[in-house]
Amino acid sequence: MQHTLIALVENKPGVLNRVASLFRRRNFNIDSLNVGQTETAEVSRMTIVVDSDSVDARKVEANLYKLVNVIDVQDVTGQPAVMRDLALIKVKANLDQRAEIANLASIFRGRIVDVAAESVIVEITGTEDKIDSLTELLRPFGIIEMVRTGQVAMMRGNHAPVRHLPGAGSNGHHHEELIN
Amino acid sequence: MELTGAEILWESLLREGVEVVFGIPGGASIPIFDAMLKYPIHHVLTRHEQGAAHMADGYARASGKVGVAMATSGPGATNLVTGIATAMLDSIPVVFITGQVHSYLIGGDAFQETDVTGITLPITKHNYLITRADQIAQAVCEAFYIARTGRPGPVLIDICKDAQVEKAEFVYPDKIELPGYKPPRTVPAHLLKKAAEMIKQAQKPVILAGHGVQISHASQEVQELARKTQTPVAMTLLGLGSMPASDPLSLGMMGMHGEAYCNLAIQNSDLIIALGMRFDDRVTGNLKTYAPRAKKIHIEIDPSEVNKNVVVDLPLLGDLKTVLNDLLPYVEENQHPQWMDQIEEWRAESDSRNILYWPDDGKLYTAHVIRSIWEVTGGNAVLATGVGQHQMWAAQYYAFEKPYRFITSGGMGTMGFGVPSALGAWFANRQEDVWLVDGDGSFQMTQAELSTMVQEGANVKIAIMNNHFLGMVRQWQEFFYDSRYAGTPLTGPNFVKIAEAHGIPGRRVTKREEIMPALEFAKQTPGPVLLDFFVEKEEAVYPMVPAGADLHNMIRRPVRQPQETGQR
Repeated sequence: MQHTLIALVENKPGVLNRVASLFRRRNFNIDSLNVGQTETAEVSRMTIVVDSDSVDARKVEANLYKLVNVIDVQDVTGQPAVMRDLALIKVKANLDQRAEIANLASIFRGRIVDVAAESVIVEITGTEDKIDSLTELLRPFGIIEMVRTGQVAMMRGNHAPVRHLPGAGSNGHHHEELIN
Repeated sequence: MELTGAEILWESLLREGVEVVFGIPGGASIPIFDAMLKYPIHHVLTRHEQGAAHMADGYARASGKVGVAMATSGPGATNLVTGIATAMLDSIPVVFITGQVHSYLIGGDAFQETDVTGITLPITKHNYLITRADQIAQAVCEAFYIARTGRPGPVLIDICKDAQVEKAEFVYPDKIELPGYKPPRTVPAHLLKKAAEMIKQAQKPVILAGHGVQISHASQEVQELARKTQTPVAMTLLGLGSMPASDPLSLGMMGMHGEAYCNLAIQNSDLIIALGMRFDDRVTGNLKTYAPRAKKIHIEIDPSEVNKNVVVDLPLLGDLKTVLNDLLPYVEENQHPQWMDQIEEWRAESDSRNILYWPDDGKLYTAHVIRSIWEVTGGNAVLATGVGQHQMWAAQYYAFEKPYRFITSGGMGTMGFGVPSALGAWFANRQEDVWLVDGDGSFQMTQAELSTMVQEGANVKIAIMNNHFLGMVRQWQEFFYDSRYAGTPLTGPNFVKIAEAHGIPGRRVTKREEIMPALEFAKQTPGPVLLDFFVEKEEAVYPMVPAGADLHNMIRRPVRQPQETGQR
């Protein structure tokens, strides 16, 4: 199943490389990885989606903690969290098809952000499933290009994310969680 | 105070207590070496950067301090790589310092430029690329802290040449701010009680002592736990010495070349108390059949090691010494007479096959040489090895009584580790006997460091177990490839003459009765001595668990009925 992890990392050169190198070296399979700024200038936020069993997901977490630049790792899988992915989809569209595509997009709360003679670009934000569904509906028109940001996630309200290794740090500690 | 980057580096190393560094200068590190002359730190000029890395590693293993190795950019730095990986896999604290081309040349394929931080990323605990002099003190301070704390490991600092030359204000940091790196916490009491209860319930417990016991300086605590609960102690290669070999509770080494009684005890146990070890494939054999009836307690500092290879029932995360000290008050005294009787029965069966009891059949066996080295050194020498058959025999027959005595490459299995690591260990313990037991294959990989040894006046006794083969590979070929010896027969030079060319006295030994006189000669002669033992060519290390086989399914040494009582 898919596991969504959030890693807060120091905003320093080479940190993304360290994380990517870890995934490669430990043979972890990553579905998506998103990196961006946070409310704190010194901290970047990575959202990592791994397709694995929970044992392997724990391994990803434990190994992330071994990186000196990783400050915190949270598991938001199955938690009350907002999950979002953004896609830009360039679809073949002649004059007659534009309205139909715009309709489809609006059903998914997407919108047309560019119109050209032979194509339009649809912007859609939502869960991965929602984007997958719209993509399938647009496919018959002919998808010329597509890009997705990968998933980002945030816990709702004051719900706390799960930290399997509270205390963080490369020698961070946890007990009960590992036993289960 | 304004200093050049190079001066800041040495000032920082002084503040970290560094006494000796191992390395080779080059174009991108000349300013560092130029500044070195002003500081009371001894530099050992090695003959190859791999030697520098292993020396710093051997120094760290024997002293418990952080070792330091230096190299220039490009080939100097890449020559360190094998040594860095060796230190990484065995969790050895070494700080590597490399010169780098000018910061404005980076990325332009300048002369002797390589992406050293990129290359060493997966084989260091952490690394730094320094482009300004004012970053150096902070990086050194952090590097030493990261290298020696938590699960130790190598840290590399790559310093651009302009950063070595430019000036900056020198202030050594008095605190470290690493938001993502925090020292271990303590284990909650209810989990300690749970562990104590599991220990109390066990009928057939075994302690597995790994390298972590020595890293954490916890051998006293391990021995206390073992004696209090009368639990036998099996050791990993790097855990040897955690429990004195002479103690009745010692089971010696476990795993691929572990004692049969030790592996049988593990396989038949109902509780494994794993201390600072990581269930490496060389100690578990087939994971599906590994200690199937045992509950498992794992005390470990690195969370990523828990449930990595073997799923455990109770992980206790923290520094081993601290956790054991917290745990011991909850642990009740206990005895397991039936279990110990069973183990003694297995031990007696193993003894019946012991090569040490064999009478002299005219052949020279490594086991007898190692046992004799043990005798002349009272079992207390610092013993370095290369990698291969001689290393396993050293582990089996040099009965270690104390920790920090066995300097050997475990996880990485780096041939060529012997000569430089022995020299590094000598720098850590100049008052102690330092012996190198090496193979003819391993020795030749780094024998250039013999001249480093001479230049430094090091007192290291070298014993080469010369079987004219890459012996361990030959053994696998004999067992698993129908004795097709592809690429393993090895014609060495006359090692005694090699020694003499270095001004080192040497002797060749071909018979069992010559062992002791040669060892006494080495012991009595000041400075390095090289002994070339022409040992039996096609002797195998027993027992052997074939790679991936069940731990209890060992290839055993054939029983030989002694015609007469051999010497032990």
